[in-house]
Amino acid sequence: MAERITDLEMPRAGSNVSLAERAYRIRRHAVRMGQVQGQGYVGQALGVADVLAVAYFHALRYRPEDTLWEGRDRFLLSIGHYAIALYAALIEAGVLPEEELETYGSDESRMPMSGMAPYTPGMEITGGSLGHGLGIAVGMCMGLTRKRSDSFVYNLLSDGELGEGSTWEAAMSAAHHKLDNLIAIVDFNNQQADGPSTAMLSSEPVTDKFEAFGWHAQRVDGNDIEAVRKAFDLARGLKEPRPRVIVCDTRMAKGVPFLETRDITHFIRVEPHEWALALEALEKGRPR
Amino acid sequence: MRLSKFAPRHAANAGERKTTSAMIASIAPDGVPTRNAPFGHTLARLAHQRPGIVGLTADLAKYTDLHVFAQEHPDRFYQMGMAEQVLMSAAAGLAREGFTPFATTYAVFASRRAYDFICMAIAEEKLNVKIVCALPGLTTGYGPSHQATEDIAIFRGMPNLTIIDPCDALDIEQATEAIADYNGPVYMRLLRGKVPVVLDEYDYTFQIGKARLLREGEDVLFISSGLMTMRALEAAKALEADRIGCAVLHVPTIKPLDTETILAAARRPGRLMIVTENHTIIGGLGEGVAALLMREGVGPVFRQIALPDEFLDAGALPTLHDRYGISTSELVRRVRTWSEK
Repeated sequence: MAERITDLEMPRAGSNVSLAERAYRIRRHAVRMGQVQGQGYVGQALGVADVLAVAYFHALRYRPEDTLWEGRDRFLLSIGHYAIALYAALIEAGVLPEEELETYGSDESRMPMSGMAPYTPGMEITGGSLGHGLGIAVGMCMGLTRKRSDSFVYNLLSDGELGEGSTWEAAMSAAHHKLDNLIAIVDFNNQQADGPSTAMLSSEPVTDKFEAFGWHAQRVDGNDIEAVRKAFDLARGLKEPRPRVIVCDTRMAKGVPFLETRDITHFIRVEPHEWALALEALEKGRPR
Repeated sequence: MRLSKFAPRHAANAGERKTTSAMIASIAPDGVPTRNAPFGHTLARLAHQRPGIVGLTADLAKYTDLHVFAQEHPDRFYQMGMAEQVLMSAAAGLAREGFTPFATTYAVFASRRAYDFICMAIAEEKLNVKIVCALPGLTTGYGPSHQATEDIAIFRGMPNLTIIDPCDALDIEQATEAIADYNGPVYMRLLRGKVPVVLDEYDYTFQIGKARLLREGEDVLFISSGLMTMRALEAAKALEADRIGCAVLHVPTIKPLDTETILAAARRPGRLMIVTENHTIIGGLGEGVAALLMREGVGPVFRQIALPDEFLDAGALPTLHDRYGISTSELVRRVRTWSEK
């Protein structure tokens, strides 16, 4: 089995692309999908792009041409509405062709608005009904251990999803069963459908909670690629027999300043003429 | 809000007192041959041949007979604690990794508490998870918290899910093997503990999706599942004395329904059709058969013997089975009444 990669980037044939450039491209793919559909959870995608860049171009082991390869790390997206972000990452990773992003959200597309396993290569589970991913991850980790696999299971959750009791059933279960092959990532953007998640049903202090449940917990600025990379490395390299969580504080719409400062909501409204402006803004912030 | 649904009572004499049986009690009446823990023993045996089988439970191994499997295959048993949501999600995860998980709990907890997890994590992707649940319908006197009177109604609407309601120990043994061989999600109702053996008298083998005519009769056609097939067979014998000939069609697979066999039996003229099930009158086998008959334009005289659309009382099972009309004597009484008209 391949060595775990801890360099800056998966050493794919001659690639010397930086993680920051990957994050930029993920954002661009997401905005273009939003442009095609005229809507989408672009705010979340822009916010979580740096985390996905580290996941797909630094941490995860996978084969773009064989998404069911047994030796892969599993990446479970609980938060189905973040599908636009994962599609963007899968396009950048070479799992999905870039031109297919124009089908996003349209009939018979492999990229529906909410992420579903039977639709999309690389989409491990059907998310959307929140509070499912971590429990499924528990079972997959048990299964991988039974198979003596060294693959990790990653589960990307949102802070709002921490309100679901099932998440905490799964958290308790993961620690009880000493699942050291489980890495949860919480995208903490402090937004959910009705407002700031900490004002709806606060999960704070979130790392204390996970620690009390028996997890190894870290909290980082989710838009600081270097910090995220270090957190992933620490989580993967840890020798303790417990599950790991990385809470990533992210900023909705990160990378498009005029959307970042807009009255931020769960579903950011973007006027038809603004998509092109958003792409321009991204280009301005592109790493050189 | 009432203070109590019952008036204050003095204790009966010890000899006449019927008490609520403990949860581990089985449903076998005295003198009926039984087998112990047919599900647990069958699964433990199958697991020797099928390395992919794993067992999970939410703190109910002993009460779903899964403890037999757990004792024989401790390394393949997962105690998930009192957490039915992660029980189902983790079963889904194990199925995703190629295993065949058998997840057990009570029928109330699977159907009411874990529905979304069975629906989205398991059924939507046709994952190979077997959900095996004790205390179906009215098989405990603990009251509505434990009486899964509407589990079939809840699950029938779930696409991809096969629903099995076996009758006796023989049926459970064969069904366990059949669902282990079948690749897809299954919900099976379980009778546990000392389970009666009745189908050995009939030429019977369980097949998923197949109804089986256990006996013929000129006057009445019982269509039944689960333990009500036992009751229908007993009632049919009792009614021989009244010269009322009763056929019994056992339908252990509630979904997909064996429409062909049911219609063939229903088309035979001159019989009173009685669908009987250990389940609320709403949304179970009875309504499934009724809808089938309407769709096909088959119109026998149709009756249902099932639990009422109510939250049921606590108490001793024989009392409750009489009270709610699913005891053998109640079946016999009602058939006689209907046959007089």
